[in-house]
Amino acid sequence: MHSIPGRRLIMGLFLVFLLLPIYWLVNMSFKTNSEIVSTMTLWPHTPTLQHYKRIFTDESWYSGYINSLEYVVLNTIISISVALPAAYAFSRYRFLGDKHLFFWLLSNRMAPAAVYALPFFNLYSAIGLFDTPWAVALAHCIFNVPLAVWILEGFVSGVPREIDETAFLDGYSFPRFFIKILVPLIASGIGVAAFFCFMFSWVELLLARTLTSVQAKPIAAIMTRTVSAAGMDWGLLAAAGVLTIIPGALVIWFVRNYIARGFALGRV
Amino acid sequence: MDKTVNQKAWFLVLPVFLVVAFSAVLPLMTVVNYSMQDTFGNNQFFWNGVGWFKELLDPSTDLGGRFLASLGRNLFFSLVILAIEVPLGIVVALSMPREGWTVAACLIILALPLLIPWNVVGTIWQIFGRPDIGLLGYVLNAIGIDYNYVSNEVDAWVTVIVMDVWHWTSLVALLCYAGLKSIPDAYYQAAQIDGASRWAVFKAIQLPKMNRVLLIAVLLRFMDSFMIYTEPFVVTGGGPGNSTTFVSIELVKIALGQFDLGKAAALSLVYNLIILIVCWIFYTVMTNAGVERKVQTESEPAAEPKPSAALKPVPALKPKEGVA
Amino acid sequence: MARIDLVDLAHSYGGNDAPQESFALKPVTMTWRQGGAYALLGPSGCGKTTLLNVISGIITPSRGKILFDGKDITPLSTQKRNIAQVFQFPVIYDTMTVGQNLAFPLKNRGVPKADIDRRVAEIGRLLDLEPYLNRKATRLTADAKQKISLGRGLVRSDVAAVLFDEPLTVIDPELKWQLRSKLKALHRELDLTMIYVTHDQTEALTFADTVVVMHDGRVVQSGTPAELFDKPAHTFVGYFIGSPGMNILPAEVRGREALIDGHVIALNRSYDNLPAGAKIEIGVRPEFVEVVAPAPGLLTARIERIDDLGRIRFARTRLGDAKLAARAPAGFTSSDGSAGLKFDPSHVHVYADSLLVEGAA
Repeated sequence: MHSIPGRRLIMGLFLVFLLLPIYWLVNMSFKTNSEIVSTMTLWPHTPTLQHYKRIFTDESWYSGYINSLEYVVLNTIISISVALPAAYAFSRYRFLGDKHLFFWLLSNRMAPAAVYALPFFNLYSAIGLFDTPWAVALAHCIFNVPLAVWILEGFVSGVPREIDETAFLDGYSFPRFFIKILVPLIASGIGVAAFFCFMFSWVELLLARTLTSVQAKPIAAIMTRTVSAAGMDWGLLAAAGVLTIIPGALVIWFVRNYIARGFALGRV
Repeated sequence: MDKTVNQKAWFLVLPVFLVVAFSAVLPLMTVVNYSMQDTFGNNQFFWNGVGWFKELLDPSTDLGGRFLASLGRNLFFSLVILAIEVPLGIVVALSMPREGWTVAACLIILALPLLIPWNVVGTIWQIFGRPDIGLLGYVLNAIGIDYNYVSNEVDAWVTVIVMDVWHWTSLVALLCYAGLKSIPDAYYQAAQIDGASRWAVFKAIQLPKMNRVLLIAVLLRFMDSFMIYTEPFVVTGGGPGNSTTFVSIELVKIALGQFDLGKAAALSLVYNLIILIVCWIFYTVMTNAGVERKVQTESEPAAEPKPSAALKPVPALKPKEGVA
Repeated sequence: MARIDLVDLAHSYGGNDAPQESFALKPVTMTWRQGGAYALLGPSGCGKTTLLNVISGIITPSRGKILFDGKDITPLSTQKRNIAQVFQFPVIYDTMTVGQNLAFPLKNRGVPKADIDRRVAEIGRLLDLEPYLNRKATRLTADAKQKISLGRGLVRSDVAAVLFDEPLTVIDPELKWQLRSKLKALHRELDLTMIYVTHDQTEALTFADTVVVMHDGRVVQSGTPAELFDKPAHTFVGYFIGSPGMNILPAEVRGREALIDGHVIALNRSYDNLPAGAKIEIGVRPEFVEVVAPAPGLLTARIERIDDLGRIRFARTRLGDAKLAARAPAGFTSSDGSAGLKFDPSHVHVYADSLLVEGAA
């Protein structure tokens, strides 16, 4: 009753649809450039690791990964730590302007990155953060903080209020209650929020590219370099692309049991 | 749950407020400032009042024409992908296996496209669709379909749409799946006993229980597709011609390409305003749905067996005469 | 409407090869009379919901057959079985009005519109739902919702049986009583076979004319409330039904005598052929043991406390390691905390390995 006739076929076809383009990228990353350009082969006939070797040995390539991970992790930490108390406040209290503030936050989640690209460039240049991971991490807060507040608010609301009251009666101070009792209770919610922050920070490129030039350039931006005078280095591009999929795949693997609940944002 | 009024709660919200304000308010002020001025470079600015806005909304000018055309394309794009992704997402969610390791496997594969950097998504489809080295383009041409997303407008559109479906249907599907998972088994059993057909089960149980997550899905998909930039830019660069130039692409062209700060800023403001309005509509609808839902969960522990909300009757709605 | 026969019916969630001890429902053969009001009584996890779901077809039994009026319907799906079932928590179709909710089972079966309207109006009237028929069902209270669920169960006049799975769990105690009386009245009015699952003996004994007691996946006794009280077929029934439950004491039984601690307790019947090696116990309800002043020849127990239930007083006593409840007659007091026990021989039963042994006259 839960599912529909032909579900295996539908699911199978859809998964093939999802995997085929990725397979093609992986396939190409193991081919030599001459094989890519000259013949259409469904799997690498002369498999090679040359593209991966180049990425792992050339600092300008692999530093891109480190840069990306740096600002993604920074952003996740900032987003979660500022969002937690706010989520608690929105869940438990009414205060002057709370609804407007909540809407204003959410509206920022929806603001187009393209609008902010140039002003951010000016802003972070002015305060000397341009081309550092901090600039990107802070810039990504504009959409990740509201999202984290939103997700966490759902999870905090799932914790019965009696727990707060009991803790305060037992003489817990607010910070101690927060860290010792509330945070462990909504640990899965924090995990979900962190997952989403990681995800949206990792996949964003426009701001990340605009706010960096050399030192903090993300891997996704470095990939555009493969367009060179000698034409496209397709194999290298594909290999770099494959490597950007891996962190995401790892993160999914760790949260696989929470995915369904996580996507409900604690609100189902 | 009744919330207590406590103005000190502002202290808890302050960090969020500061962080977001730093990222949102300051830049927005620069944008407003720019939008009223003109520049000839060298950081020399001239007051231009609402001139840019007038031009922006007048289709006979270059700026206005470009803006309105890209806006139209963008709305069309959003509608098309919503019309495909929402039903498809529901179907995929309904096709999820019930238990066993295949559930985790399906979830992981579904989530995969969501965690690929957006320009890599573009790259994947750029490669996949190429007639010379991409499987899709090669196969299509081999079976006699003249497909080339670089030169043909229709092909470019199809590619961008299929790419978005590939990229984001999973989000809708996962949200719907989460909604479906929250339906207690008793509902299906009751429907079975009531003799409901498969379609009646969908209409009477699954769709109503999913409507909240579907609203979230539609909101997210509409917003994100309305500000789409990276993926089509990588694949088509906005072309051929301007056929796949969406608002964000136009904006970046003007701002970072031509450094036409005044025009770009005016465009940004109008763009933001549209998004704000749509967002507000959704938010209102959603909060109302939320209120309705609260009433529902408080009197219906079956739907949500949380200890906090269980078993509270709603006094105002209690039948007056009860059972005689 | 139909007679329901269960023939060697059993269910194991682990498949038939699992050891029988692990079966959720151990093999049972029994008949449910047409038009009867049955209660399926037992503690949580005793298999009563499994049995109910097997009858309704939600679960396909791993073994045995179910017959409706002699026709084997075991392989049929729920839809084809013509069964109505009401669940523990209200199941409401959110988008429909109360009236549409009630009409849903009929509409799905292609009943003509005029008949649907008539039937919905009737059920609405019987359940006092008339004022709400055109209201959205989501906005109602839990008990109103459960009434809708009940209504959907009762709306079809042609069902073989209506099954209730602890339907009054979510209802306030006061309303619970009202709804139960309502159900009883409906049973008379609609002439339907009803099977009512519950773990609450009061609910079972007031609703049903036949109570089926389950324990550990097994049907241990089926009978009228009076039979269950007077002659429990299993020590579990004795202990589970009645408050306080039956006293069960290990004893040595020979002929017409039971020996406890060397004291003789007279029995009404003779038990000569008790199975060898079995665990022998005697069972006697507290109502049929009396505490009196200690006297020679009587078992002596220590009184721990006396519960005053208003119309009757029960002494909670201790007999060595065993606990025993007994009636305390009006005016009984004990100076040193000890008392003699007087048994009513006609109500002392003998159990071998927990099962009632019928003695010879």
